[in-house]
Amino acid sequence: MSVIQLSKVSKRFGGQEVLSALSLSVRQGEFFTILGPSGCGKTTVLRLIAGFEQPDEGHIKLEQTEISKTRAEFRPVNTVFQSYALFPHMNVFENVAFGLKMAKVPKAEIRGRVEEALAMVQLKDFSDRRPDQLSGGQKQRVAIARAVVNKPKVLLLDECLSALDYKLRRQMQIELKQLQRQLGITFIYVTHDQEEALSMSDRVLVMHKGSVQQIGTPREIYEAPSNLFVAQFIGEINVFEGLVEAELPDYSYRVRLAHGGVREVRSDFRFAQGEAVHILLRPEDLRIHYPRTGESPPGFQGKVIERNYTGKTLDSLIQLESGQQLRASEFFDENDPDFDYRINESVWVDWVHGWEHVIPQRPTEHA
Amino acid sequence: MRISRSLPPLYIGLIFTLLYLPITLLVINSFNISKYGYVWQGFTWKWYDKLWHNTALKDAFLHSLSIAFTAATLATLLGLLMALALYRYRFPFKRTASALLFILMLSPDIVLAITFLIVFMALGLQLGFWSLLISHITFCLPFVVITVYAQLKGLDRNLLEAAQDLGAGERSLVRLIILPVLRPALGASWLLSFTLSLDDVIISSFVTGPGYEILPIRVFSMVKVGVSPEVNVIATLLLAISLVSAMLIALLLHRKKDEKT
Repeated sequence: MSVIQLSKVSKRFGGQEVLSALSLSVRQGEFFTILGPSGCGKTTVLRLIAGFEQPDEGHIKLEQTEISKTRAEFRPVNTVFQSYALFPHMNVFENVAFGLKMAKVPKAEIRGRVEEALAMVQLKDFSDRRPDQLSGGQKQRVAIARAVVNKPKVLLLDECLSALDYKLRRQMQIELKQLQRQLGITFIYVTHDQEEALSMSDRVLVMHKGSVQQIGTPREIYEAPSNLFVAQFIGEINVFEGLVEAELPDYSYRVRLAHGGVREVRSDFRFAQGEAVHILLRPEDLRIHYPRTGESPPGFQGKVIERNYTGKTLDSLIQLESGQQLRASEFFDENDPDFDYRINESVWVDWVHGWEHVIPQRPTEHA
Repeated sequence: MRISRSLPPLYIGLIFTLLYLPITLLVINSFNISKYGYVWQGFTWKWYDKLWHNTALKDAFLHSLSIAFTAATLATLLGLLMALALYRYRFPFKRTASALLFILMLSPDIVLAITFLIVFMALGLQLGFWSLLISHITFCLPFVVITVYAQLKGLDRNLLEAAQDLGAGERSLVRLIILPVLRPALGASWLLSFTLSLDDVIISSFVTGPGYEILPIRVFSMVKVGVSPEVNVIATLLLAISLVSAMLIALLLHRKKDEKT
């Protein structure tokens, strides 16, 4: 069942279109992430749902009720702001109690609920502190407690981990996810950090220039991006260009690559003969061979121009004869833990048949 | 080496001596038995007593206080609204409005004085309490707006939205968030306006009439015939008021930092 539904929502600021006919539907109880580069309009979506902005066109529904004209203070949703926005003149307890006080909840009940919320974010003993006496992580937790204590239908989180350092951020990611499961509240989380989006979400919406590029599970977004933007925004990817020569049975096509050579590929998209396509391969899906002299294995010839040891993997940058550069990422093998490349070493690059993801070069509608 | 190290304190000492010597002399002289104040002839409260019995001066002082109090209060209220408007709302000519405030603050008193006079004459307003009040509110206003706006700017951008998000309507927003958060700036603005109004001579001398004399003008006319010990006393009292205000302003604006301990 969908809890939040946006249909054909448009928003302009000073004549500039920030959102264009955007539609999305968030299911009850899911962790939904809106991911996109800065300026793509993702925060505007959140602000529209919270009620800080009104859409120029389109409808916003909360559990089938139109709310696009409802004022922010009357919407049963709460926001965790990027800057936390704690009230500086109130202590932690008063901050968390604010929403309940506004809802005219009886005093005795407020005390119990605030204490429960603070315990949930592990800040039981901090009730009397003022916001300027808290660390960044603690402020973050107070902001979360202040929002969830009201039992909102939807919790909106606006890049709220981005101010924390890496380690704390990882820890808060896990805590947020646990909190969401425990509370069963729908979370709508906005971020520009693709790693964060993939690791926390049930579903991810990728946004670019005010419109939806793709909505799907993290796995779908990563493994089957619907267009080149999504592919390149989420993680690293190698792109080969090609032309469809012939349609084969079983969703397969014969494609002539721009680098030369013909490949058989599979795709969920339907292509016409002669159509231009992108063949996408993640760095970990490339296979690298180093031939003995005289041998000519399948794939493209190139040379290693950079190699980086990352601990888990050996990442290399390979330049093909055409000048195109590819990124490859190989896990260390038990048999050969000291494996490494020399710079300028000559190699052949190939991929496992069927691991490629092929998309049309023409613009596509999102699923 | 030793010279260069003792030079800065000396230098600073000299500057402060030059700055504060006249003020110190004035305060000392208000307690001096000698009427002319060139030599110290002993301590006395006599001039304070004399001032207390000078009804014309006392009236002028009370007039000044009531103008300063009313002007400061109204200017703070109006300034708060204006600062909030500049901070919260998008409206046409917003930049022009804030620029105009700066111009008002920087324009010479004499120019303001003449323009006030012209306006009051054109309106046919009798010079006195009201003309004084209106002009004092006007020249205090920019200082209030700038002080309050500066504090608003320093706040978290999302503070008001967070309160709305948690269910606060306009009234609760003002009562529970805006006013408490801005209390230091509002207090400081009020005191600043109060002091500005209390010691204004130029504008006041243009816009007040014979029926409503205020202290600085009274003093100004008194010193035309020589500095009397009573003037020293008034100056000392005014100095004390300014000092207390300054201390209160500092206290209000810095209290936030002290709260950490």
